Amino acid sequence: MADVSIEVTVNGQLRRAVVEPRLTLADFLRERCQLTGTHLGCEHGVCGACTVLLDGQAVRGCLVFAVQADGGSVTTVEGIAAPDGTLSPVQQAFREHHGLQCGFCTPGFVTSVTAFLRDNPSPTDEEVRAALSGNLCRCTGYQGILAAVRAAADTTSAGTVNAGTNNAATTNQEAR
Amino acid sequence: MKPAPFEYHAPDSAKEAVDLLAELGDGAKVIAGGQSLVPVLALRLAVFEHLIDIRRITALRGIEERGSSVWIGAGTTEAEIGHSDRVARHVPLLSRATPLIGHFQIRNRGTIGGSLAHADAAAEYPAVALALDATVEALSPRGQRTIPAAEFFTGIWATALAPDELLTGVSFPAAVNIPGGRQGFAIEEFARRPGDFAVAGAAVAAGLDPGGQVSASGIALFGLGPVALRAAAAEAGVLGRSVREIDPADVGRAAVADLDAVPSDLHGSAGYRKKLGAAMVARAWEKAVKEAASG
Repeated sequence: MADVSIEVTVNGQLRRAVVEPRLTLADFLRERCQLTGTHLGCEHGVCGACTVLLDGQAVRGCLVFAVQADGGSVTTVEGIAAPDGTLSPVQQAFREHHGLQCGFCTPGFVTSVTAFLRDNPSPTDEEVRAALSGNLCRCTGYQGILAAVRAAADTTSAGTVNAGTNNAATTNQEAR
Repeated sequence: MKPAPFEYHAPDSAKEAVDLLAELGDGAKVIAGGQSLVPVLALRLAVFEHLIDIRRITALRGIEERGSSVWIGAGTTEAEIGHSDRVARHVPLLSRATPLIGHFQIRNRGTIGGSLAHADAAAEYPAVALALDATVEALSPRGQRTIPAAEFFTGIWATALAPDELLTGVSFPAAVNIPGGRQGFAIEEFARRPGDFAVAGAAVAAGLDPGGQVSASGIALFGLGPVALRAAAAEAGVLGRSVREIDPADVGRAAVADLDAVPSDLHGSAGYRKKLGAAMVARAWEKAVKEAASG
């Protein structure tokens, strides 16, 4: 079976590789790019842990072959924070609102929510629940995650691109 | 890596794709969004020696008004369909069905052609195609042909497509062209959680004449047999009658009365599914005729 040459831009960096066609995008990111923030849970499209952004769209990394991403641009959870390490509003909100416990599902939630809030900055609670339905979490009971997405939506739709300490503190107080 | 090894092909045209299909034979499979196929490969429920990816074939993408129909290219994603104003205006049933498919991450990759060709019994798009009398377009080395939706779904994960045929697009009659003047459309399903496959569901297209008589009825069921099904007896039972005299519950009962291959699994027994299916038909019928009556 012939290997295939691919070029994928990952978190802004061009990556060239020769891959087996059956290599999934998630495995490519983890094993060939050493970006192990993309987690693999079920490996057949149910759990959402491997969600990455492909050409800006949230997709299951385990349901795309790396060869299908040839010529494309991928953002993983490693590419969500600012280059200096400042957390994105979504990441900051997950931290503030206990949106994670063991952290295994978190990269999938963060990438999914980042795309969702970009396309729908002021969602209703019902829309948030629908948007989260494709990601499984076994620790939190989801309430912290819902609170985090609500807070991130309120922060971003208020026009604050980087959730600074002051904003996060305010949101926290409101949540109490 | 979980799937078995395969050779990868990404042709630039539909012609090249069908030539490959003809040349490679049974060992070849078309991949579009892969949202059903890749899990099947990962679980090794199926093994193919060749995958033919249609992602580079731009002619297979798009949503166009063609005469009295709306044509949707096979490679058009469910997300694109869900966001399309043209679809919302002319094929509202398709718009309403789209959010019920999987999750938004799945809809970003999954395609209408893939959904129809995969022909899962519990999927929404096959039922919509049946209820609206859509026409499927297929290309092979012998040329292009069209297949009415009513003849397209033939069995469990099976369609009328020949091994060397590629589904290239599907045409839906635009809403105003369904006979009857005033129309209404509804889809109802029950799933354990949002995004799960429906345990049972129904898609309804209803037309009313100015006097309130039913002039058109398309009732399709999903999750209730080996494939999506048309409820012909229920459709015939409402045609020509005054909508005010029709009890939606009767439509539901008629729609499931003749079903003889209802799935039974841990999500529901066949008997439960039939009751659920009748309720989904009744709800969808009620909504569709309400919309038609107000139109």
